[in-house]
Amino acid sequence: AFFWLLSLLAASLLWFVSVQLSGREDAALLLLGAAAAVLLQELCRFACFKMLKKADEGLAILSEDGQSPISLRQMAYVSGLSFGIISGLFSIANILADSAGPGTVGIHGDSPYYFITSAFLTMALVLLHTFWGIIFFDACERRRAGGLGLVVGSHLLTSGLTFLNPWYEASLGPIFILTLCTGLWAFGTAGGSLRNVLKCLSCKQKTEGQVMLYSALQVPTEE
Amino acid sequence: MITFMNNSDSEEEPCNERTSLMSAESPPVPSYQDGLQASEAGEAQAHRKRRAGNSRGPNITGGETSGSGVPVRESALENEEEELTLKYGAKHVIMLFVPVTLCMIVVVATIKSVRFYTEKNGQLIYTPFSEDTPSVGQRLLNSVLNTIVMISVIIVMTVFLVLLYKYRCYKFIHGWLILSSLMLLFLFTYIYLGEVLKTYNVAMDYPTLFIVIWNFGAVGMICIHWKGPLQLQQAYLIMISALMALVFIKYLPEWSAWVILGAISIYDLMAVLCPKGPLRMLVETAQERNEPIFPALIYSSAMMWTVGMAKPDTAARGPSQQAWDAAEDGREHLRSPLHAESQMSETRSPVPTRPVTSLEELEEEERGVKLGLGDFIFYSVLVGKAAATASGDWNTTLACFVAILIGLCLTLLLLAVFKKALPALPISITFGLIFYFSTDNLVRPFMDTLASHQLYI
Repeated sequence: AFFWLLSLLAASLLWFVSVQLSGREDAALLLLGAAAAVLLQELCRFACFKMLKKADEGLAILSEDGQSPISLRQMAYVSGLSFGIISGLFSIANILADSAGPGTVGIHGDSPYYFITSAFLTMALVLLHTFWGIIFFDACERRRAGGLGLVVGSHLLTSGLTFLNPWYEASLGPIFILTLCTGLWAFGTAGGSLRNVLKCLSCKQKTEGQVMLYSALQVPTEE
Repeated sequence: MITFMNNSDSEEEPCNERTSLMSAESPPVPSYQDGLQASEAGEAQAHRKRRAGNSRGPNITGGETSGSGVPVRESALENEEEELTLKYGAKHVIMLFVPVTLCMIVVVATIKSVRFYTEKNGQLIYTPFSEDTPSVGQRLLNSVLNTIVMISVIIVMTVFLVLLYKYRCYKFIHGWLILSSLMLLFLFTYIYLGEVLKTYNVAMDYPTLFIVIWNFGAVGMICIHWKGPLQLQQAYLIMISALMALVFIKYLPEWSAWVILGAISIYDLMAVLCPKGPLRMLVETAQERNEPIFPALIYSSAMMWTVGMAKPDTAARGPSQQAWDAAEDGREHLRSPLHAESQMSETRSPVPTRPVTSLEELEEEERGVKLGLGDFIFYSVLVGKAAATASGDWNTTLACFVAILIGLCLTLLLLAVFKKALPALPISITFGLIFYFSTDNLVRPFMDTLASHQLYI
């Protein structure tokens, strides 16, 4: 969350300076600001990865069996989730506070569905950040530029799609489809597959295997 | 101050000597920490009003206080100790996050809902200069002067406390502490309850009010100064920290509050780390005498079982008694001393560490971290001020909250690395201030513009 805040700070600084320099506020600068924010967020995600990798190595050295208690995958999930949470909070907290107060939604001609679409968009964004975290860390770990590029690309795409608001069919729909696809991809990256899901659902199989192992171990002692 | 208590590891050898050695192995520095904390506590009492004892509190002390003996360290012991420190340290970082978060939540919720704490109704005598001046320069000057007055009051009180401790005027200190916590628990709670009832337009008759406040205050006094369940004690400490923070938020003028926050973190840094600081002297004195530093305001995350307290009848007591003793001491530390005349109580957060006097009486201690109440108070003041005055509303509050927690995390990390008393205020307050001003001025217009077009980044 701290890293995300840093990236937001840098992006705001950039936007602020550009607005001051150009002397006017228009959509082009906003587009530029948003793109810069996305790129800076990904940069901070990378910084987060580097820091967590170092922490992982440190923990591995210190632990008894040479393995750190938290795997890098768990760290990826937590990092993505925290990015998502802080991003979602920043997006929705003010809107929530305003929604309690007196007012009419869309009285000046804007869409009356502002609150509900904001809620859905925020949810999608939180999930997306989590998935991006997993994919990003995995791509960095295996040094695959493709994964990195896809994460940055899909982030830019998501942010760009929100520029189509209030044309919600064009923005909400694709964003949700993107969320679903990214989710499936992240699931696959984390090691999941259809087989794993089925095995998890039928729990009996697992315990049987363990029992067998135990009895296999028992045999020598009996002899 | 943050104290990190290493307990003798029961997983390792059950040998008493070994565990004694381990507990005793903490270097004299921890006792410094204790002393610092104690002095802070003393100061806190002294000043209290304005300065919530955050300065002191921030000291982080690693390891137990070893009042006795020369620490004998073997490298293997050290490594294991380090590893355990980190492992349990992480757990206790989380255990500190919860109370700090709770305190901040209480303060922010009150600020947002009860109008009383954001209205300006005068200033305390510790900030005599008014900020209602037309020119910016004059206002800045006044706030700096206010800060100087406040910090000097704190310094005077700290020195006074150290002198009291040096000349063994324990009764005076105890009486001072009791008086201040009395005022905090009864008077401030009464005011707070009154304002909350007014806000929600709930009628309450005086007999009910009397019973409620009497029960709350009496149980609080017992919990904090004597014995009580750990969680109840923690809850009371959080509540009084929140009350103190609210008083500060109400009575400190705008700019003075920010300058004071900055100045007190610098003061904290110097008081804890400089060799001539009053806090250090206090710790040294306490260590020389091999006695626990008198109760200061400290929040402890785990019950510490007393080990070798410098009390004559300690040996006769069983472990449970000793546990209560520890809790008692811890609670005393947590209490915020109230100034006799001021309605604010300053809580100092010195972290007391228990000096180990007799190794044979070494009991198993639970590892825990202690954080001074002053830290709680100043963190909450920062977040509360952000909630009260920032026009960016929740974004600024959230950013300050995250910044403070990250600062706390870093400080605890440094504590695990350096294993000596560290001030907990500077890093968190610096981050908090940076994030407050930058979020309020830079991020807010950006996010507002984005939100008005429903754009997401």
